[in-house]
Amino acid sequence: MREATLSVFRGDKDTGEFKTYKVPIEEGMVVLDAIHYIQAHEDPELAVRWNCKAAKCGSCSAEVNGRPSLMCKTRMDHFADGEEIRVEPLHTFPVIKDLVTDVSWNYEVNKRIPGFTPAPDADWTFYQEDIERVQEFRKCIECFLCQDVCHVLRDHDRKDAFFGPRFLVRTAGLEMHPMDTLNRAEFIKDQEGIGFCNITKCCSEVCPEEIHITDNAIIPLKERVVDEFYDPVMMIWNKIFGKKKQLV
Amino acid sequence: MANYETHEHDVLVIGAGGAGLRAAIEASAKGLSVGLVCKSLLGKAHTVMAEGGVAAALGNVDSADGWETHFRDTMMGGKMLNNWRMAQLHAQEAPDRVRELEHWGAVFDRTKNGKILQRAFGGHTYKRLCHVGDRTGLEMIRTLQDQGVHQGIKVYMECAISKLLKDGDTIAGAFGYFRQDGRYVLFKAKAVVLATGGVGRSFPVTSNSWEYTGDGQGLAYEAGADLIDMEFVQFHPTGMVWPPGVRGILVTEAVRGEGGILRNNKGERFMWKYLPEDRRNEYAADEEEAKRWVDAAMKGEKTNDRRPPELSTRDNVARAIYTEVKEGRGSPHGGVFLDISYQDSERVKKKLPSMYHQFKELADVDITAGPMEVGPTMHYIMGGIRVDADTAGTRVPGLFAAGEVAGGMHGSNRLGGNSLSDLIVFGQRAGAGAAEFAKKIGGQPKINEADITAAIEELEAPFKRANGLNPYDVQTKLHEIMSKYVGIFREENDLKQGIAELEALQAEVDNAKAQGTKLFNPGWHLALNLKTMLICSQAIAKAALLRKESRGAHSRLDYPNTEADFGKFNYSSSLEGGKMALKESPLNEMPEDLKKLFAKKEPAHA
Ligand SMILES: Cc1cc2nc3c(=O)[nH]c(=O)nc-3n(C[C@H](O)[C@H](O)[C@H](O)COP(=O)(O)OP(=O)(O)OC[C@H]3O[C@@H](n4cnc5c(N)ncnc54)[C@H](O)[C@@H]3O)c2cc1C
Ligand code: SF4
Ligand code: SF4
Ligand code: FES
Repeated sequence: MREATLSVFRGDKDTGEFKTYKVPIEEGMVVLDAIHYIQAHEDPELAVRWNCKAAKCGSCSAEVNGRPSLMCKTRMDHFADGEEIRVEPLHTFPVIKDLVTDVSWNYEVNKRIPGFTPAPDADWTFYQEDIERVQEFRKCIECFLCQDVCHVLRDHDRKDAFFGPRFLVRTAGLEMHPMDTLNRAEFIKDQEGIGFCNITKCCSEVCPEEIHITDNAIIPLKERVVDEFYDPVMMIWNKIFGKKKQLV
Repeated sequence: MANYETHEHDVLVIGAGGAGLRAAIEASAKGLSVGLVCKSLLGKAHTVMAEGGVAAALGNVDSADGWETHFRDTMMGGKMLNNWRMAQLHAQEAPDRVRELEHWGAVFDRTKNGKILQRAFGGHTYKRLCHVGDRTGLEMIRTLQDQGVHQGIKVYMECAISKLLKDGDTIAGAFGYFRQDGRYVLFKAKAVVLATGGVGRSFPVTSNSWEYTGDGQGLAYEAGADLIDMEFVQFHPTGMVWPPGVRGILVTEAVRGEGGILRNNKGERFMWKYLPEDRRNEYAADEEEAKRWVDAAMKGEKTNDRRPPELSTRDNVARAIYTEVKEGRGSPHGGVFLDISYQDSERVKKKLPSMYHQFKELADVDITAGPMEVGPTMHYIMGGIRVDADTAGTRVPGLFAAGEVAGGMHGSNRLGGNSLSDLIVFGQRAGAGAAEFAKKIGGQPKINEADITAAIEELEAPFKRANGLNPYDVQTKLHEIMSKYVGIFREENDLKQGIAELEALQAEVDNAKAQGTKLFNPGWHLALNLKTMLICSQAIAKAALLRKESRGAHSRLDYPNTEADFGKFNYSSSLEGGKMALKESPLNEMPEDLKKLFAKKEPAHA
């Protein structure tokens, strides 16, 4: 029987090491299957998150051979025979144990984004072409792979100042919703720290939902912020007529 | 004496899928303090995986649709065993609950004139499923999650409840542990809502996640509530069958709703053979008529043609596929073929994007170019905790239940799309019921220190079994028993054997061990979960043995007919004197105005 060799990070927030396991290969196997095999046959303590096994819930994020990936979507036959497959937790978030990281920061920043605010008298007629873009953003499964790869969070650890691509996507989904009435420009600039993003597009590259994070969400939001705060015509306009409804 | 932390709320909601979130939002909107507990991270519950759509008779595509027809379809789908009052409330309130989601920011696909678009699904007379491509559940859970977060509900993530606590007869709170570090936690509450979902992990081939270990059913059963209809286990007709690593993963019914055709290895479109006689004239008579229906559906036009036979109910399609495979007409990997590739490939990618990716990435199959291989997979349990239709209250005062964990709504077979609507209709009602109860009782109920000690001892026990068993091995045994004796087709001797083996398995479940520390320890968690998995498996097998007929999802080889006498009651299981007791519990009489709906002539086409 063919065997794969996995080198899996085992440890907690204080210490850890890579341990090697041999796993028999079944046709069509994914990395998550191999992890489950280790759990069931060698080490019931091996910690991993998963739910859907079908790339729909975003639970099984990890770094496989250095690439942020969903383990349930990463096929074992994508690796060469005999190649050691290195599986480790996301680097941007603190390790809890083995492949499980503490992603709670993401839930905290999400809470701060001002929610959907429709007009009270809206008649709720809107068309498919008005929502294509918003629907793209709403495909996000919150795997946080984009957060993991973004250098502002990963290398510079600016979680204090930058919400990260996932939450710019979420904000874009609200801002471009045809029925939303809130203006979040100031919030995007000051709280979310959109200025930190320098459009390297690493986030777009790893998104398993193929959301064009940078092109479709971040750049338009940046333009929004520029129009609102740095465009001289708009500045005069705002002075004379007052700004659109702002956050309080 | 181990330490534990304590939290106090008016209402504690256990489970953060659609039902739990909707319940929490309701109770919180009534001004109460609400705690929401879930075993996974927020937003990862099963609801996130639901694909095809949410059923609600909005009448946006077929204007003739209305709650009466939805009610009738649901009752007919459940072979009249449903709690009629639940089916009625569900059909009446689903449209409002869906519109409410839209007002909270959900972005459903649109009709040409800017309304929520609806698609066809098995067993529904009209195009009734509101959807977002094939990721409807994601849209719903995200909308509810954001709404809940902004309402200030306190969420306890990766926290598992292992025991409900009572003050005399009345609910008083719950005890559990945080998966992340194993620390223990006591929740004091005036009312508790269970919304923990299903039991799929009792079966080896399933679309369900690790979370579906029947926790809510087991917790309620131990607290004195009763479970009904547990024999009705839905095998979804179309799960992936190959490669082995993905066996059981769901292929949404939306594929058939969008015109997908089922064929055996001879190329025969076999579903015509399996249509039930009494509903045959609701389906297309031949390939041409089916094709005209699909063409019209794709263009969004009305038609007098009848729907394709693939849109029969799930129980029926699952049995048909099983039979074709058993009689040697299956596909190479033990399923049948499901083909949507005859349609415009861009449209398929747009309407079924996640199916397209799922097959492409996991099975190397391009569904726009060729057929998929599919076969039945354990998907849903119709049975669950018995509740009052209007308040979602259980037999235990202060304990409420909604969503997949509750029974009654779907009778012997659930129609696709009726679960997502069930969650929001009865989630809302459970939240309101719990809030009302909590307000009425005033002060916090008392919790007995001895009960807490017992709960802690139970949690610690797996670590003390030095010569215990690997919990994964015990789970594998449970899987073998359930698939061998309590599967799609059932039979007296098998069931008896299965029950005996399940009883013998109790000792192994009680001896499953854990090792190492409490820090995120899956082996420990599984050792704990085996208990409720076994309770549910026993309830399923025992009710299946008693029900000497075939009805909906329950197929007895030795009793192939549906018997009128068995349509008069549900089987309920409850804990009596330390043992599981099964009883017949009579159905309530349906009022005359609802009965009349079954006499009304419906158009044969839709
Ligand atoms: C792949 C798939 C596709 C589906 N497609 C559709 C569809 O198109 N249309 C449709 O109507 N239905 C569909 N269904 C069915 C539907 O999704 C589920 O029945 C429904 O989502 C169940 O919702 P729920 O709120 O009852 O439970 P869930 O959404 O499963 O939530 C259960 C919650 O309980 C928590 N929990 C469980 N045990 C404990 C415990 N001990 N302590 C604390 N928390 C606990 C979990 O963490 C989770 O948060 C599908 C199901 C699957 C699996
Ligand atoms: S494009 Fe912006 S958000 Fe994306 S990875 Fe680069 S810096 Fe981060
Ligand atoms: S935007 Fe993409 S990569 Fe980022 S969390 Fe969402 S799905 Fe994951
Ligand atoms: S398990 Fe859900 S995305 Fe991998």
